[in-house]
Amino acid sequence: MAASEELTDYMGFQELLGDEERLVRRQARQFVNAEVLPGIERCAQEQRFPRDLVGRMGELGFFGPTLPPEYGGAGLSSVAYGLLMYELERGDSGIRSFASVQGALVMYPIFTYGSEAQKRRWLPRLARGEAVGCFGLTEPDFGSNPAGMRTRAVREAGGTWRLDGAKMWITNGSVADVAVVWARTDDGVRGFLVEKGAPGFTAPEMKGKWSLRASVTSELILDGVRVDEEQSLLPGARGLKAPLSCLTQARYGIAWGALGAADACYQCALDYALNRIQFERPIASFQLQQEKLAWMVTELTKGQLLALQLGRLKDRHLATPAQVSMAKMNNVDAARQIAARARTILGANGITGEYPVMRHMTNLESVYTYEGTHDMHLLIVGEAVTGIPAFRP
Amino acid sequence: MKLLVTVKRVEDPESRIRVRPDGQGIVTDGVNYKMNPFDEIAVEEAIRLKERHGGEVVVVSLGGPAAAAELRAALAMGADRAVLARHAGALDPSGAAALLERLVAQERPDLVLLGKQAVDDDQNQTGQLLAGRLGWPQATFASKKEGLESPAEQAREPGLALSADGARLRVAREIDGGLETLELELPAVVTVDLRLNRPRFASLPGIMKAKKKELREVEAGALGADLSPRVVVRRLLEPPARAGGVKVADVSELFQRLRGEAKVV
Ligand SMILES: Cc1cc2nc3c(=O)[nH]c(=O)nc-3n(C[C@H](O)[C@H](O)[C@H](O)COP(=O)(O)OP(=O)(O)OC[C@H]3O[C@@H](n4cnc5c(N)ncnc54)[C@H](O)[C@@H]3O)c2cc1C
Repeated sequence: MAASEELTDYMGFQELLGDEERLVRRQARQFVNAEVLPGIERCAQEQRFPRDLVGRMGELGFFGPTLPPEYGGAGLSSVAYGLLMYELERGDSGIRSFASVQGALVMYPIFTYGSEAQKRRWLPRLARGEAVGCFGLTEPDFGSNPAGMRTRAVREAGGTWRLDGAKMWITNGSVADVAVVWARTDDGVRGFLVEKGAPGFTAPEMKGKWSLRASVTSELILDGVRVDEEQSLLPGARGLKAPLSCLTQARYGIAWGALGAADACYQCALDYALNRIQFERPIASFQLQQEKLAWMVTELTKGQLLALQLGRLKDRHLATPAQVSMAKMNNVDAARQIAARARTILGANGITGEYPVMRHMTNLESVYTYEGTHDMHLLIVGEAVTGIPAFRP
Repeated sequence: MKLLVTVKRVEDPESRIRVRPDGQGIVTDGVNYKMNPFDEIAVEEAIRLKERHGGEVVVVSLGGPAAAAELRAALAMGADRAVLARHAGALDPSGAAALLERLVAQERPDLVLLGKQAVDDDQNQTGQLLAGRLGWPQATFASKKEGLESPAEQAREPGLALSADGARLRVAREIDGGLETLELELPAVVTVDLRLNRPRFASLPGIMKAKKKELREVEAGALGADLSPRVVVRRLLEPPARAGGVKVADVSELFQRLRGEAKVV
């Protein structure tokens, strides 16, 4: 299928965008059409991350674009950033994941909690894609409940810290030059910058995924890793609310991004349904297929309007974490179901790499689980409306 | 060197274009607009000339206020400032050339770069008419030796090359069956073809910087050019729907049909 030039905009939400927001989206779309779509299916089939895209995305300012220019950002609005995520994920959730991690989970905490020297050292290089970052919160035994984490950091004499523990499911882990590692200390949870090659630090890649195959996922093993306090400890990050604040940033981008994947599936299914002839008619003329298409475009449209209003709130610093949870939960779930329905419309073709649908569909299984599972976000919204936390009995 | 580049807002050729039932225009509902792709190539070439030799790139558009979006896109690529000559209603190539002549008199560029044509009505006249009005040398269809440029090709000799003293420009241009190289005295008018370069993507910092660049609006009517159209579009028609093909048994049947039905031989 030819790379489509326009996104699906059933309710005209683009009328509500500013000129530069439209321009950002169009540039991102052209970039994805020209440089992501031609090779991404092959990368996914071969379980290979398209490393060569990192430099190009950096040149175009795709990493941490909401940060101010003095640290390599562009001062973009949250909505423009969301549209960027939409277009990147229309290419592949793995590409968007890379950008989410680099921008929201690595550059954001360094910018928000780092010292001036840490910011100067890392942010411009991360923005240009000359350095890659990863974010290590999840552990083998602590996923939805990171408060239980076992990774420990102990302060030693002479201004160093010693880190021990293991992280799991870490996007970009094996290709990262710097890892933001969250660890328990006597002083609560703190964040550390751990550099590639530090003695005792390894990041083996996890293979055999059926989802996000064009993205690197790794373990981080910290075995008596010694880091310098000034270079490594993020001075402003105290307590679990620091890593959670990063997740809120990334989840916001995912709320937009997942719709990009959904849009690719919807457009593909619509095109297919109009052209595939069975019983001497296009399958799009059968009510059962129309029900799917109508449902898909309706959910996509609702998701766009939800994400847009959330972005406008975020730009005014009014978005709450529970509102971000609602958008992540709703839009990823919608995307997941849109992809699954699109797959059925494509019949047997739907399971092949000739079409992008099955790749998006399996990718979205990760997106549904990471950055807070769908269930956890339901509980967060549940707590927000009832005032009663239901996370534990 | 100072460069003036035209930027026209055109219907996106990927949009579905339908003629209005009264034949007086197209249905604009659901149509997307973008910078004329040939103009985008002209903007890219201007920015490259500026990067090599210094100077200023001024982009101009003629038309309604919406064209500001395409001017911003050119500013985001790296142009320095923009002028929008506002004009409502039809503007044919002679009107556009007359208007551009006035803008050239104001801006005094060393080189005017235009797309060889706009992909909306494919006239391919404005650059030539402008050169004629100004009495400047012109080169049309500026191009490059080989097909779409590879990185190696990009580093090689550009399609437009300025002489060491900055007074002349060498232009490779597409002609039937090959390339021809012209040398022009500046100031000059050059129109660009598809294979000259591959336009860059605007970076996100570029897009944000473009917001702060100057975009001056002038009323086209106030510039004193004669904008009355020489060519009037009476009616638009959809192209006839393609009938299905037929299979012929042999060459003699083919000729029979070409002679008898299609009446082409
Ligand atoms: C491809 C991929 C990339 C990832 N990248 C990163 C990364 O870069 N950095 C990082 O730190 N992490 C990353 N993760 C980890 C991800 O955030 C976790 O997988 C996620 O938080 C869920 O944790 P878990 O897998 O341990 O599931 P669990 O927490 O074990 O959950 C299993 C199931 O139980 C449910 N459940 C758990 N608790 C409750 C409860 N209280 N009430 C009701 N139901 C509950 C969950 O909703 C889920 O359905 C990644 C994961 C994947 C798959």
